[in-house]
Amino acid sequence: MDRMHFGEHSSSQFNEALESIRNNLMEMGGLVEKQVVDALQALLQADSALAEKVLETEDKVDKLEMLIDEECTKVLALRQPAASDLRLIIAVTKAVSDLERIGDESAKIARMGLQLAEEGESPRGYVEVRHIGNHVRNMLRDTLDAFARFDAKKALEVAAEDKEVDLEYRSAMRSLVTFMMEDPRAISRVLNIIWSLRALERIGDHARNIGEQVIYLVEGKDVRHISVDEIEAKLKK
Amino acid sequence: MDTAEKFDDKTPRSDTPASQSEGEQAMENSTRYPEQTIGSPYVDNAKMSMRDVDVFYGDKQAIHGVSLDIGKNEVVALIGPSGCGKSTFLRCLNRMNDTIDICQVKGSLHLEDQDLYDPKLDVVELRARVGMVFQKPNPFPKSIYDNVAYGPRIHGLANKKYDLDEIVETSLQKAGLWNEVKDRLHSPGTGLSGGQQQRLCIARTIAVSPEVVLMDEPCSALDPIATAKIEELIAELSESYTIAIVTHSMQQAARVSNRTAYFHLGRLVEMNDTETVFTKPEHDLTEAYITGRFG
Repeated sequence: MDRMHFGEHSSSQFNEALESIRNNLMEMGGLVEKQVVDALQALLQADSALAEKVLETEDKVDKLEMLIDEECTKVLALRQPAASDLRLIIAVTKAVSDLERIGDESAKIARMGLQLAEEGESPRGYVEVRHIGNHVRNMLRDTLDAFARFDAKKALEVAAEDKEVDLEYRSAMRSLVTFMMEDPRAISRVLNIIWSLRALERIGDHARNIGEQVIYLVEGKDVRHISVDEIEAKLKK
Repeated sequence: MDTAEKFDDKTPRSDTPASQSEGEQAMENSTRYPEQTIGSPYVDNAKMSMRDVDVFYGDKQAIHGVSLDIGKNEVVALIGPSGCGKSTFLRCLNRMNDTIDICQVKGSLHLEDQDLYDPKLDVVELRARVGMVFQKPNPFPKSIYDNVAYGPRIHGLANKKYDLDEIVETSLQKAGLWNEVKDRLHSPGTGLSGGQQQRLCIARTIAVSPEVVLMDEPCSALDPIATAKIEELIAELSESYTIAIVTHSMQQAARVSNRTAYFHLGRLVEMNDTETVFTKPEHDLTEAYITGRFG
């Protein structure tokens, strides 16, 4: 963490460019986090107005994604960044596409919310959505926090959390499938909940991906596609 | 005040010269030299090995205890801010510093088993084994042919005109210049463009079949196309020669070298695989330099 001095280049324009990229990333992260929170609330409280708001934000998130990518391309072309600067640019471009996907998943949840508001509420599954939703929301908050502070330890915690979310998701699936077998009339409405849970589980995966980019940025180690234990072992080396 | 001495102090000095940039001062306050060179300065198949090299210009010490190996057929890049001693170090490797009276070299420097500073060693012969290409192309005021043939002639490498012709042709071919000059071998070397002149100097260097080629910023006076040609050439030459290159262009070091050595105020701070140095350097000073935070 002590080696991330992004504001100390001899070229002040370089400093400004990196600063702007980080600010825009944080703005995008904030927007997406808000989207997830709103989408969950829209689903749980059958609030169609809020769901519409989530869908509207998508456009803003997409524009930020393109803006940040453009800024990163410019830095690569004009500054030929190396070492931590290079890792920052690489990590940001990857994190940005994960954030954009999180935005997409929130929009899916919002759409399920709209459908449930029209068709009538699902008889089951809200407890699971609330539970996994809170879990995923915290992961996203922590991973963005880790990015802002270049905190690899926190990023590792996010990766570990993702494993729990996956377990919770699977157990929720089992109970909802059982319920659908018992009461086929509710299948269409319960399916909306299942799609939402699936979206939440994906958001957890994207949060983990961003955490892995934070670890790459801070430690210079590629920790994708390996288990949390293996990540820990790699970081100790 | 000797700039190198400042690093031995534990507390920052208040009387630091005003000419020093703020960034540099900040680095000094926050960063210390490693006790030993970080990374992997030594290799198993060393062509040249240097241990505890100190170089003095009069009373001033320019190099402090540098130890490193240059592997066979390896391209080693020496980088660092101006005045860090990288060129001085390079010049020790074929005793170019002998031409400076007040310069004194200590430590052990070997080309395979040959002690470079053995008083009995014939320096001219050494420089045939360890050739050098300089920053500015410096062809002799002779024809292209004679520029390349000069070395083989004085070293008696070719007895017949036929042999000499062949050396000139293969050297120019290796330097990637043959096709451009084969029809005007007897026009003056100084009439070529800058990039061609530099390749002519490389041809001249390799005409005497050296084992090691030292390059002191060979591309700093060249345009990007000529630079690309020289870099391409370095990659090809490394198949038959061992190369050490001093460069101010970090992108160049990143492109052409296998290992990179980072010098700072006369000390070798870090030497590692080039990829490591440019993506995840181990020492803060290296990181600061290659990301453009000072220097």
